[in-house]
Amino acid sequence: MNAMHADSSFSRRALLKSGGALIVSFSLAGVAPAAAARGDVAGPPDPRAVDSWIAIHADNTATIYFGKIEMGQGNTTGMLQIAGEELGLDISQMTPVRGDTNVTPDQGATSSSTSIEYGGPAVRAAAAAARHAMLLLAAKKLSCQIGSLIVSKGVVSVDGEPGRSVSYGDLIGGKLLKAKVAGTAPLRPANQYTLVGTRVPRVDLPDKMAGKYVHMQHVRLPGMLHGRVVLPRGQRAYGAGAKPLAIDESSIKHISTARVVRKGDFVGVVAEQEWDAVKAAAQLKVTWAPTPALPAGDLYERMRAEKTHDTVVASRGDVETGFPKAIHVAGATYRCPYQGHMPFAPNCAVADVKSDSALVMSSTQDVYSARRFLADVLGMKPEQVRVQYHEGSGTFGRSCYGDAEQSAAILSQSVGRPVRVQFMRWDEHGWDQYGPAHLADVRAGIDADGNLVAYEYHGWQHGWTVTSTVYDISLQKPGVERASGSASITVNPMSTGSMYKVPNRKVVSHAVPMAGYLRGAALRSPLDLSFSFASEQTIDELAYAIKMDSLEFRRKNIGDKRWRGVLDAAAAAANWTPRTASSHSDADVVTGRGIGLGTHHVSYGAAVADIEVNRRTGNIVVKKIFAAMDVGLAVNPGLVENQIIGQAVQSVSRVLKEEVTFNKTGVTSLDWNSYPVLRFAEHPEVVPIVVQRMEEPSSGAGEEVMGATAAAVANAFFDATGSRLRQYPMTPERVRTALAGTRS
Amino acid sequence: MTDDLKIKVNGKDWSVAASPDTPLLYVMTNEMELRGPRFGCGLAQCGSCSVLVDGVETRSCITPVASVAGKAVTTLEGLPSLYAEQNKLPQVPALHPLQQAFIEQQAAHCGYCYNGMTIKASELLAQNPRPSEAEIRTHMNGHLCRCGTYGRVMKAIQLASAMMTENAR
Repeated sequence: MNAMHADSSFSRRALLKSGGALIVSFSLAGVAPAAAARGDVAGPPDPRAVDSWIAIHADNTATIYFGKIEMGQGNTTGMLQIAGEELGLDISQMTPVRGDTNVTPDQGATSSSTSIEYGGPAVRAAAAAARHAMLLLAAKKLSCQIGSLIVSKGVVSVDGEPGRSVSYGDLIGGKLLKAKVAGTAPLRPANQYTLVGTRVPRVDLPDKMAGKYVHMQHVRLPGMLHGRVVLPRGQRAYGAGAKPLAIDESSIKHISTARVVRKGDFVGVVAEQEWDAVKAAAQLKVTWAPTPALPAGDLYERMRAEKTHDTVVASRGDVETGFPKAIHVAGATYRCPYQGHMPFAPNCAVADVKSDSALVMSSTQDVYSARRFLADVLGMKPEQVRVQYHEGSGTFGRSCYGDAEQSAAILSQSVGRPVRVQFMRWDEHGWDQYGPAHLADVRAGIDADGNLVAYEYHGWQHGWTVTSTVYDISLQKPGVERASGSASITVNPMSTGSMYKVPNRKVVSHAVPMAGYLRGAALRSPLDLSFSFASEQTIDELAYAIKMDSLEFRRKNIGDKRWRGVLDAAAAAANWTPRTASSHSDADVVTGRGIGLGTHHVSYGAAVADIEVNRRTGNIVVKKIFAAMDVGLAVNPGLVENQIIGQAVQSVSRVLKEEVTFNKTGVTSLDWNSYPVLRFAEHPEVVPIVVQRMEEPSSGAGEEVMGATAAAVANAFFDATGSRLRQYPMTPERVRTALAGTRS
Repeated sequence: MTDDLKIKVNGKDWSVAASPDTPLLYVMTNEMELRGPRFGCGLAQCGSCSVLVDGVETRSCITPVASVAGKAVTTLEGLPSLYAEQNKLPQVPALHPLQQAFIEQQAAHCGYCYNGMTIKASELLAQNPRPSEAEIRTHMNGHLCRCGTYGRVMKAIQLASAMMTENAR
């Protein structure tokens, strides 16, 4: 690992660590007794008790409790592999239980690709402690030394004497283990792994395919009403809220069971029938207070002109003395749009709020954090609120689940019955916490031998909200903004040249205040597409400038073997042949191939893209992506491959098509027509490559090849046309503008 | 009036409680508690609510329930039966070959789009048992996926096609 890797990833880790500290302080402050009357008492359960994580049943099966949740990434299967490996149980012998504030340990948010990297070791340690406790019991029962015992499928036997055996179920079935997770139990050595590192099929897929799986959208409670939120169509300038000046309840009086609920500035409706709630929300006449104009048409100019909070996030050598040594410098300004999470299923939540307790079910990424915000909204203590996670559709960061769960809670508290809230498509598209827009000035220079000598990146973007729209407007509080404290909010130094040996490098983050812009939050691989799009095009330009193969140029300037590893793996899979000049073809349809590197925080990503550009229509078709990731020990290479494929396709969608649009009043991209995403007929073939490193710790696998993919597509465009697009999405209009006049 | 409204879903008659203008989707999810069709956009743009109406893929989120009276509605739950009927199988398999193929290809991520993907692909294979890649891409183009599973969905459709034509031999 190079120095930048080690020191620049600290900020998000520090946050995670502070989450860890919270766990400890909760546990000291009198938490639920581990596994005693599981579910009856507010959590989190003590993470130092093995019983908080694992219950072994009389039939020799086990329930594994963990705090990381399934969002389609397959981490349930990965977590069971880790638990089963240490416990000596088959996948089929284990049942997962996830995301319940009365039941599961607090493992923080399921975000930033941390499930396996940070969540995995906790599960591994608990499972190893459980195995050790079982072996102690078995040694006593079988009158032998613990070292002579082996475990298979939950049956402990004396090595070489299969007749002398006892099952976990017989040893402990149904009783508490009462063991501590001390971190001292021996862990299985990686070279003896039988489950970890293998392609166990996803445990959730059979039910999903059969239509038996319970998504959040399927959850119903007896006596439940249906609720909808009433918000202006398309979000307004951040900071102005959504203030109803007048509500004309007579506008929905023809819908007999519909009722309007108001709390602060929050407006919602409930009805007995779902269709009535849909109609009532659509037809309720509300006069909204005017809001300040959004920066429609001059977004990037406004961002640059703001008084920003500047942070040097990476600095080595001195760029001012470095650049004069360069024989060639490439530099440009890049513009990258707001993009949205836009989960395929708009968020949904069900709440049952009583006078002194509440049960809220939602697709939150963090049940314990959701509980704190819900308690504020309901005027309760967090311990009075139980939050249960149910999988919705892939969320890719903080979509509107907080809004949905808080809306359901407000409505249920108001009407005294359980309420189900389903966001409509325009609610979700219109009131997302969007991935912020980004403006970048990048320059880099090389010496006569093609060595990078200086690199400078300046990026402008605003931060993220901590609270949700419904929280802010129902409590009539100003939103809380996070503009620093995480390498995901500032310019990520990992994604901006860290992979290259550059003696003089400076990366500066210019934090724009969010007021007057759109609500921001983490969108999968936060801003890394933007960073890689800008940074890797700059690197590519230098290679072409000195007519050096762009793969060779990167090889020459990379010192780290793991970056070389993914680069070479992607290039080999693509059967890369040297290319030193872009196409000068005059044909209508031209082809190009590009390469790119990127990461999120820890893992390594590289991609090669093959594209076709129709010079006449401006349409780009991405034909094939070769994408390689090094995630250290890949617990399940099949899952990582699936993540690579998903990232590559989503990244192509984002770099070619996706852009949140708005006018001076509000957001105008409110459905799949106005916010187009990559469609079935347009999808590239993706060749995923997992660079398996059994000896390295596992790191994230859900985000790290998105930036590389976006960069590879952008570089392929230059290869195909000889022109560079410095703004995405790379729409037909932008392509035609870029190519206008380039034809001889 | 609504007392008289009856629909037939997966071979079973259902007396509809909701008003006749209610989209079919809400009747299936709230009254019949089916988990196949699910809400995605309410605008017929994404395909997550798709069902077959007399064998034709239909967006149930914008289809008034009254309009399917007298027609045969098939949801994901009813696909194995429909497949058995279409192919005159002696018994109903646990899963439609497409569902089996989706599992074998490990095609899903969150799995939310799969209802529509499976319904639309079953319509295709019933019409065209051996579709080309281009035919699959065209036929499936009205069904969105946010997780990026299109490639494996296509492989699953090709696998199901092979399984079905093998079965038919």
